[in-house]
Amino acid sequence: MSKTDSKLLRIEDLRLWFRTSKGPVKAVDDVSFELGYKEAVVVLGESGCGKSSLAKAILRLLPRNIDSYSGKVYLADQELMGLGEEEFRQNVRWVKMSLVPQAAMNSLNPVLKVGDQVAEPMMVHMGADKASALEAAKKMFAHVGVPQDFVNRYAFELSGGMRQRVAIAMSLVTTPLLVVLDEPTSALDVLTQANIMNVLKRIKKEFEVSFILITHDISTSSELADRVAVMYAGQIVETSDADRFFKAPLHPYSQKLMASVPRLHGDQEPEFIVGQPPSLLALPTGCRFAERCPYRFERCVEDPPVIKKDDRQVRCWLHV
Amino acid sequence: MTENNVVVDTRTEHKEGKLLTIENLQVWFELRRFGFGNAGYVKAVDGVNFDLHYGEAIAVVGESGCGKSSLMKTILGLNIPTRGEVTFDGTKISGMGTKGLKWYRSQVGYVQQDPFGALAPFMTVERILEEPLIINGVKSKTERLRRIHKTMEEVKMFPVDDFLNKFPHMLSGGQQQRVVIARAMIMEPKIIVADEPVSMLDASVRVEILKLMRGLQETHNLAMIFITHDLSTVRFFSERIFVMYAGKMVEKSPVDELLDDPRHPYTLALLAASPEPDAANAHTYKEVPPGEPPSLVTPPPGCRFHPRCPHVIKGLCDEKEPPEFLTGPEHYTACWLFQSEQA
Repeated sequence: MSKTDSKLLRIEDLRLWFRTSKGPVKAVDDVSFELGYKEAVVVLGESGCGKSSLAKAILRLLPRNIDSYSGKVYLADQELMGLGEEEFRQNVRWVKMSLVPQAAMNSLNPVLKVGDQVAEPMMVHMGADKASALEAAKKMFAHVGVPQDFVNRYAFELSGGMRQRVAIAMSLVTTPLLVVLDEPTSALDVLTQANIMNVLKRIKKEFEVSFILITHDISTSSELADRVAVMYAGQIVETSDADRFFKAPLHPYSQKLMASVPRLHGDQEPEFIVGQPPSLLALPTGCRFAERCPYRFERCVEDPPVIKKDDRQVRCWLHV
Repeated sequence: MTENNVVVDTRTEHKEGKLLTIENLQVWFELRRFGFGNAGYVKAVDGVNFDLHYGEAIAVVGESGCGKSSLMKTILGLNIPTRGEVTFDGTKISGMGTKGLKWYRSQVGYVQQDPFGALAPFMTVERILEEPLIINGVKSKTERLRRIHKTMEEVKMFPVDDFLNKFPHMLSGGQQQRVVIARAMIMEPKIIVADEPVSMLDASVRVEILKLMRGLQETHNLAMIFITHDLSTVRFFSERIFVMYAGKMVEKSPVDELLDDPRHPYTLALLAASPEPDAANAHTYKEVPPGEPPSLVTPPPGCRFHPRCPHVIKGLCDEKEPPEFLTGPEHYTACWLFQSEQA
């Protein structure tokens, strides 16, 4: 299949199962979604729903205990799953898409200057010499709001917010088409969080780049989202444009998640979702949210289909 | 199975009035040069005053590095104040002595931020909850088990016996945090100090844990101190909010008053930066004061927020430290802008 379209990323039935002694952990279970050029999609979900595994599956940063890894990933109309490991490493990872890993600010190398660390992808992947790579790193520092003389500093000399900016600079220095951000603001203070989101917004305007933002923080995610994908127990249960999602989510899980967000204004006290998500080792048949769902009815024992409504998709029998 | 195995509450007297008083508290940490020479002090807490009443929940809100953890540790009796006094139920803790301090620590429960890190991985839930009882001299095993069962029921971990032999890694994040709360509750304290009790948990569980804590607060007339940087969560679970910046309290106010009529420029900045789920956010930039919080070794003279403040008054804010002005009912703001309202 090689139809040309305007989408940057198309993922079809992506599956990443981990092998354990108790059977396969279905962390990413036949996930499909699309992402346009210069667009930001937020993948929302609770811990253990498979959202970080989805990031790893897209970037092919896999651990050894793989049970099953299949599906199709098209990036700018190029199929990636068929590429060999070496080809993927040389031509795709960090050249076309990059990652800001979880707790990125603590993943900087403590014994290397941050400037050298940001320059490294340029040298490894783009074949730049050291001087021009450092020049590119300095330029990128200016874009993310780090003073340029910080290139000669070490990670411990920077505040948490500055380190997070350095990690973002590192993901952008090779000007990739897609950046995957895994919980970029979860360990930061409110003001620093707002600063980082401002930086990301500005970069989205200035660069030809799309974002996949993986987070559990609904409020912060609304700062960047064009589209929203909600993940639950290894599946995407809803995808929607951000406008309609934040006004009225379709899936009962999304609705409950929205109601659990504390608001600064208004008297609506937040609620919690009774129960726990199912184990990815022993998933129930039928809808995976049924056990906790207030609208459960007879049909929910069957696997719900993906219902398309305008531009939105929801995996729920209520919307048939 | 009935869930109301009637728990007899031994502390039915709901006392009122001041439980904890903090006066002009300073907690400084000495910096050493070459291991012995004095190289200044980190002024983590620098002149904090407040009262905590029986059964009251307060929240201390501030960024990391503002001194809120040092304040918390001093209240827990783990840091020794450099100056100032902490008074618990009429007794100064500086004069308590070793035995008295041990008793005091049993009266103040501590709920840690990261439940997984706070629970020893090699201990079962029963052993974790038994430890404080052994240390505080509860000799009879049956009595210890009775109290463990009672506390586990209070934090709603049913059926209790299923959990007692589990290790922390076998529990979900929410269950781990319940065990942490049970451990804080087991000595039947009068105060619970909770350091970001839900920041490591998923959004859907957070509210459940906070509601559990509020239930405990009401049944036991507990005083709660929430240490947090998340204003929107604590507003539903505390009565007063204290905003802390660079070792000082800049604004103290009842919750509704603070949200309806915030005064201090730093509080305003915090509120403006707090995110709300709204798709419109994607099209605007947040306003954030420039710069970063000051060094606690050499804090700026005058008001500590003045280098970042948009309303700075030259010659006043950068020279004289603002006292607390009364700017509303029980609403105190340490900012020169409200000097005139005082009269």
